[in-house]
Amino acid sequence: MIKIENLHANIDGKEILKGLNLEVNAGEVHAIMGPNGAGKSTLASILAGKEDYEVTAGSVTFEGKNLLELETDERAKEGLFLAFQYPVEIPGVSNINFLRTALNEKREYHGQEPISAKEFMEMVREKSKLVELDPKLASRSVNEGFSGGEKKRNEIFQMAMLEPKLSILDETDSGLDIDALRIVAGGVNALKSKDNATIVITHYQRLLDYIVPDFVHVLFDGKIVKSGPKELALELEEKGYDWIKAEFA
Amino acid sequence: MANYTENELAKDLENQEYKFGFTTNIESDKAPKGLNEDIIRFISAKKNEPEWLLEFRLNAFRIWKEMTEPEWAHVQYEKPDFQDITYYAAPKQTKKYESWDDVDPEMKETMTKLGISLEEQKRLTGVAVDFVMDSVSVATSFKAKLKELGIVFCSFSEAVQEYPDLVREHMGTVVPTTDNFYAALNSAVFTDGSFCYIPKGVKCPMELSTYFRINEAGTGQFERTLVIADEGAYVSYLEGCTAPQRDENQLHAAVVELIAKDNAEIKYSTVQNWFPGDKEGKGGVFNFVTKRGICGTNSKISWTQVETGSAVTWKYPSCILKGDNSVGEFYSVAVTNNFQQADTGTKMIHLGKNTKSTIISKGISAGKSQNSYRGLVQIHKNADNARNFSQCDSLLMTDTCGAHTFPYIECKNPTAKIEHEATTSKIGEDQIFYCLQRGISEEKAISLIVNGYCKEVLNQLPMEFAVEAQKLLTISLEGSVG
Amino acid sequence: MSFTKNLSISPFVSAELAEKAKSALEATPWPTTRMEHWKYTRVAKLQKLNFADHTGTLANKEQYIIDPDYPTVFFVNGHFIASESDLNTLDNAISVKVLSEEKIKIDQSSLTIDDELFNALNTAYLTDGIEVNVSKKSTGGKLQIIHVLSGDTAISNFKTIINIEDFAEFDVIQGFFSEQGAVNCFANVSTEIKAGINSTVTINKFQYEDEACFHINTEVVEQEKDSHFTINTITLNGGLVRNNLKIDVNGENATTNLYGAYVLKGKQHVDNHTVVDHKVANCYSNELYKGVMDENSTAVFNGKVFVRPDAQKINAFQSNGNVLLSGDATINSKPELEIYADDVKCSHGSTTGQLDDDAIFYLEARGISKPKAMALLVSAFVGEAFDKIENEHVQGFIHQKLHERFNWQF
Repeated sequence: MIKIENLHANIDGKEILKGLNLEVNAGEVHAIMGPNGAGKSTLASILAGKEDYEVTAGSVTFEGKNLLELETDERAKEGLFLAFQYPVEIPGVSNINFLRTALNEKREYHGQEPISAKEFMEMVREKSKLVELDPKLASRSVNEGFSGGEKKRNEIFQMAMLEPKLSILDETDSGLDIDALRIVAGGVNALKSKDNATIVITHYQRLLDYIVPDFVHVLFDGKIVKSGPKELALELEEKGYDWIKAEFA
Repeated sequence: MANYTENELAKDLENQEYKFGFTTNIESDKAPKGLNEDIIRFISAKKNEPEWLLEFRLNAFRIWKEMTEPEWAHVQYEKPDFQDITYYAAPKQTKKYESWDDVDPEMKETMTKLGISLEEQKRLTGVAVDFVMDSVSVATSFKAKLKELGIVFCSFSEAVQEYPDLVREHMGTVVPTTDNFYAALNSAVFTDGSFCYIPKGVKCPMELSTYFRINEAGTGQFERTLVIADEGAYVSYLEGCTAPQRDENQLHAAVVELIAKDNAEIKYSTVQNWFPGDKEGKGGVFNFVTKRGICGTNSKISWTQVETGSAVTWKYPSCILKGDNSVGEFYSVAVTNNFQQADTGTKMIHLGKNTKSTIISKGISAGKSQNSYRGLVQIHKNADNARNFSQCDSLLMTDTCGAHTFPYIECKNPTAKIEHEATTSKIGEDQIFYCLQRGISEEKAISLIVNGYCKEVLNQLPMEFAVEAQKLLTISLEGSVG
Repeated sequence: MSFTKNLSISPFVSAELAEKAKSALEATPWPTTRMEHWKYTRVAKLQKLNFADHTGTLANKEQYIIDPDYPTVFFVNGHFIASESDLNTLDNAISVKVLSEEKIKIDQSSLTIDDELFNALNTAYLTDGIEVNVSKKSTGGKLQIIHVLSGDTAISNFKTIINIEDFAEFDVIQGFFSEQGAVNCFANVSTEIKAGINSTVTINKFQYEDEACFHINTEVVEQEKDSHFTINTITLNGGLVRNNLKIDVNGENATTNLYGAYVLKGKQHVDNHTVVDHKVANCYSNELYKGVMDENSTAVFNGKVFVRPDAQKINAFQSNGNVLLSGDATINSKPELEIYADDVKCSHGSTTGQLDDDAIFYLEARGISKPKAMALLVSAFVGEAFDKIENEHVQGFIHQKLHERFNWQF
């Protein structure tokens, strides 16, 4: 689905990613763990196309296309979804209007007719149940006045609505209590299929009790330094990141 | 990746053409250019006016001659030559139309081009429309229906003939002839406008609507609108304006007076998209308007405006909160682009006790435009427990435009509570990125964000107007993706 | 102009500059409330008085000393009182020159003279002045400049010039007082400050002249890059006080703090006009003015923030809060933003209100009398601005004067 090869990237002249390699296939869940400042969120931002970063070397192939050549919205229309660590508030723009615009732009891109209002509302009802999102939140402005947990649930709700091929969850667990975490993870698990894939970026192992990864990668100093099965996450939890730092720094 | 930047947006905005540029070819019955007492007598005679009105005009003219153009606004423009303006132009057909079927087809086409077909509007919304073209009202609909309720909604000229006492009693009581340079000019030379009277206790069941157009080259437009809501009455009044594309600047100096008697409510909404000039800043309408309302006890006046047009705007819809417990509201969106200049805001004059006012102003500046909010909140000595809340936000789209805030707060009563807040910021890059990540294109993203930013104001507009206003905001940002 | 007929051209200004100022003065119309700049402040009364240059003496200088730890200079009606002044304790890094002592003629000024009547008046008829230079990298520098008005229709056209060289630190206290019985005296003073690269400058300005006196104060500040400038303007007395504060931020990464408090009663009229002009990018300015008006007093606040084209990444905040205690008091507040760059964060707020009745009741219920309760709440309200003052002696002096004049307890 996505193949990242030797990815180097800078921000303000400072190298953050230093030759990162990763391949994710359909039907897989990959977890990327690592200490603060390892470059986890940078990876998510670069894949989504944030302009602050400069890719200096390497390649990213997404569904056979050169991802780095696509505009941010084209990447999204091709099926890449980023669940933001800090979802942005957009005052005055209702969630419904926002999602319908997004959905219809995607459909237009793929040569499909816009979704009917009825069909759309049915979809909203169905998908909002998935993350136990209060239907009232759907008519409120995007993320405005949402609690931390509501914002994260709203991200997963949007993911459900847009049906991406590859979802990147950037620290989706940060700031969530155990109930909210369970709901969010439940939503992600329900959306999992043999045709899509998920990259879970997290600092803590806790989330991985709920979203069980097929592979765990340790990102440190701009590179993936260790990969393994889900048990690797438990090992990291137990030993902490100092162990990694000592071994690879 | 080649990211779409605001500079590119700015460039695209410059290239956006004025959508409503066309001219209706109706032969005019014109006055010679220039302004003197004879011209005023000509206008008055042409309109078969009573002696008192001619005197009103001549008096205004004499006052105007002694006045100088105001210069305090944050706008720069070449002052109009008042002797190079035609002060009267009327379509030749002077007969009144009983129904829209009788209306000149060309005029109907004009309406269609505006995207606001009257027929459709009537059918869909039940709006009664008084269509003013080059200063003379040519058609009025739904009159009969309104008549049953005792509501008067007609052209100003007709009101002068049919309801001279009502006109004479109220005209000039809210905006006195001496008020300012342009109000005095209007009082001397106004050709037509709209008149509306809602009798005691009557709630007008439909939105009353007028479309103004500036059509004849070099023709100044000097409308006069008078809306009276008698005790306990309610009316929602809509005013929409578009002007055809012209090279030379055109002057528009209207006067609007609202009178809300005790327990009455007037809601006055404007969508203004007059020709703003081209991307070099050539041409466009000068919009120098005096709008003011006066509130009796327990009454309410609410102004809502969406201003996207005109080369230069100088406009401060105001409320005199004379009666105790009266309420004044001002909701405004002002968009400027290219070389447009807008100096707009409101005045809330608190005279009565327990009076309340709310000001929500949203400015959006793009291109090389200058967008200023200028507002006055004045609490007089006897206005116990007066309350004001003002929120003035400015959104900047380019680094070549300007956004300015000039609030005047004057308080002479210790029990008053006044809160003013203003912010100026750039359109949020993180918001745009969030939209892009959801597959929404840059252009749509900006349109969404801008419409969201203006929501509080757009929500105040009647439904069908809100849709038009949203479209206008989007048009202002159209063509932003190459 | 008749009101200058008793004045003579200053010997402390070059002939050329004096002539320029004099002709500007003659060309400038007397300010009226029809002029935007003077919309809320009437100065017509000044024109009718024939001010004269009067020398005077100091009976008791101790009462005017705000911070006893500062080297202090005294001026009465703008004239240097050498006998009472103490420049011996000055740090070597600081040079202080009194124009009249050193026979200095000023030949240039960063003050705008054209169309600025009182600046032109100040320049043409300069009574005396002081030139301060703070040398590069010096720290801990401080100076207290005390002005006292005395007698009848005396005018003090005084100028302070302070040049803070790069990387230096300097604290100034400016105190404005009047002797008992001073009537129709007029302090028309100007201050020109240059804050060098990475310098740190603090001005504490304390205004306490009698209600029978007039005070017009113009301060022009130029800030270089990385500099920090803070000014606290405290006005507790004075019949007519007008402060013009103009700060040109010419260098990047500069910080500007403007704080002010005014507590008025009687027929006092106090007008604070401030302009922060952000000419370059990456700067921060913060403004907070708070006021309380009782009896027939009037306060005016006009704060303007300019962000010039290309002055990106500016954070500018401005806030003005007012409480009216009497039905005859007035506040006119005009916080303005004029912004020509897009990547900025600017905001301003203005509030006017009265004291919270519930809070008063709460205090009364705890056994505090109503006037005390009100004083407590009012002092808490303006206290936010006083709290910006770091010098404890200045704070203490303010508290003492608030007690003397308004009977507030601290």
